[in-house]
Amino acid sequence: MKKEAIFVFSENQLKYKFHEEHPFNPLRLRLTVDLLKEMNALQPEDIVEPRMASDEELKLVHLPEYIDAVKKAGRGELRQELAEHYGLGTEDTPAFPGMHEAAALLVGGTLTAADCVMTGKADHALHLGGGLHHGFKGKASGFCIYNDCSVAIKYLQEKYGARVMYVDTDAHHGDGVQWAFYDDPDVCTLSIHETGRYLFPGTGNINERGFGKGYGYSFNVPVDAFTEDESFLEVYKTAFEEIAAWFKPDVILTQNGADAHYYDPLTHLSGTIKLYREIPKIAHQIAHQYCGGRWIAVGGGGYDIWRVVPRAWALVWLEMTEYSNHLEHLPLSWLEKWQKEAEVSLPFQWDDPENLYPPVPRKKEITEKNKKTMEKALHPIRKTAGEKTRQT
Amino acid sequence: MIVEEIMKRDVISLSKDHSLRDAIRVMNENNIRHIPITDEKRRLIGLVTDRDLKEAGPSSLLHDEKDNILDKPLSSIMKTDLITGHPLDFVEEVAAIFYEKKIGCLPIVSGEKLVGIITETDIFHTLVQLTGVHWPSSRIEIKVPNVQGKISEVVSCIEKHHVNILSILVHPDKKDENYKIMVIRVQTINPGKIIADLKKNGHEVQWPHFSGSLS
Repeated sequence: MKKEAIFVFSENQLKYKFHEEHPFNPLRLRLTVDLLKEMNALQPEDIVEPRMASDEELKLVHLPEYIDAVKKAGRGELRQELAEHYGLGTEDTPAFPGMHEAAALLVGGTLTAADCVMTGKADHALHLGGGLHHGFKGKASGFCIYNDCSVAIKYLQEKYGARVMYVDTDAHHGDGVQWAFYDDPDVCTLSIHETGRYLFPGTGNINERGFGKGYGYSFNVPVDAFTEDESFLEVYKTAFEEIAAWFKPDVILTQNGADAHYYDPLTHLSGTIKLYREIPKIAHQIAHQYCGGRWIAVGGGGYDIWRVVPRAWALVWLEMTEYSNHLEHLPLSWLEKWQKEAEVSLPFQWDDPENLYPPVPRKKEITEKNKKTMEKALHPIRKTAGEKTRQT
Repeated sequence: MIVEEIMKRDVISLSKDHSLRDAIRVMNENNIRHIPITDEKRRLIGLVTDRDLKEAGPSSLLHDEKDNILDKPLSSIMKTDLITGHPLDFVEEVAAIFYEKKIGCLPIVSGEKLVGIITETDIFHTLVQLTGVHWPSSRIEIKVPNVQGKISEVVSCIEKHHVNILSILVHPDKKDENYKIMVIRVQTINPGKIIADLKKNGHEVQWPHFSGSLS
């Protein structure tokens, strides 16, 4: 029988871990899975074991010499000069034992999710270990070694001939995925992120629209620092709906980084949990409207692993499975188990309190600016027939 | 950086006997706005820009007689008093020429022959590349007193974190001439520790903050 949704996970995915102090902490996966289990929303039969991506699959996107370098780095055999060339051995992506296997398993998880959705095993698939959108074809960057999203999109194209729409709501620009398909008109990328004025990776401007045949298939909406839920969601909903109606994808891949929250230590946005209730809801609707439900969701950034990520990511699964119980208190059993491990006070409730942060002084201007940015980004597909095509 | 590193070498050019119509077609097909005019020995003898063509051509709303005008040779409209550059010129100097002379392109001539062209767009692109924004990185802005040794203090502070610096721009602080602003692109997604360290060492880091001035 076809399932509504499947959840790709195994304990081995926690091995994608650089070191104890590194901000990219796989414990957040366990915290999320445990939260869902404690509320009885995730059953053993929902879970599918991820497979490991083969070298051939990685090569859909990555250079063979880079894959070799990652393998060597994982065995401690890569010279420092070469490591730097590949972005390995840096503070962001330091080498660790078995890093190739750990990274290839995360890519494989997204491929597993893609297969489940495309073969009709389930309408939707969630793989929170994925979402490593900064990985480049020959370079590790921003905590990402291999880019599971890029590999999976190429895989969806080659194996299933699918037109893929990629939607990235991580607070950082989805640069790796954008550049991988910059000249490809059969992949449409949309990234909504904090402006690169200060934030990594610095790219993701409105004018990055694609190249050659792919011109016009890359969309970016950089939002201002301190953007709040309402403004973020206005931009996200409008852009997602209009681009999906225009591009008509066969399948949607969403990257669900959870780092646009006010608490996130790496970014400067002012989102709350409300953002993470709404983001998957809209993706879910659009997947049913345009793709017969085909929706693959992956994780991504998210560096407040205690107060933000477990709730935000659990909400993606709860939306996929149309969980209907009212969400108010977090399960006591979960709080009791994890509070003693956490260095901060865990939230008791699903919703954040009203006064989570002090009022943003320039709220009105920020909202206005974000809206204008979105309008500029959507301008090419909003043009009416009578309009002249070029400004001179 | 010198001009030959950034100039376009395969220059699209026409002869003085080509027509205005030819020039319009070549500009449209190649999405360019400037066409150098060369003789049979590839010596530069003139330049035609899209503005020259617009000035010479009839209004797009007029249809009669248009054909006649477009058949005229480029020698009738090309500019011949040209500013040119050399492959060994410095990019900064050339940028200043663009600004001072208000020109849109600079043909590059060496040994009497046309060897390349640089447009405003190329200069702009080069300056953007110099800021390092095309590599994944975080941007840190630091306000430092305009006295010697400050840049090296800041750099050594970053160095301690084993993070690669992609670019450093230094410009005077417009609001206070006793200070300058350093704009540094560092190759990390997580500059928090660096910023904390810079602040601890008394540097003023300009960063998004709630006070309402995001200048």
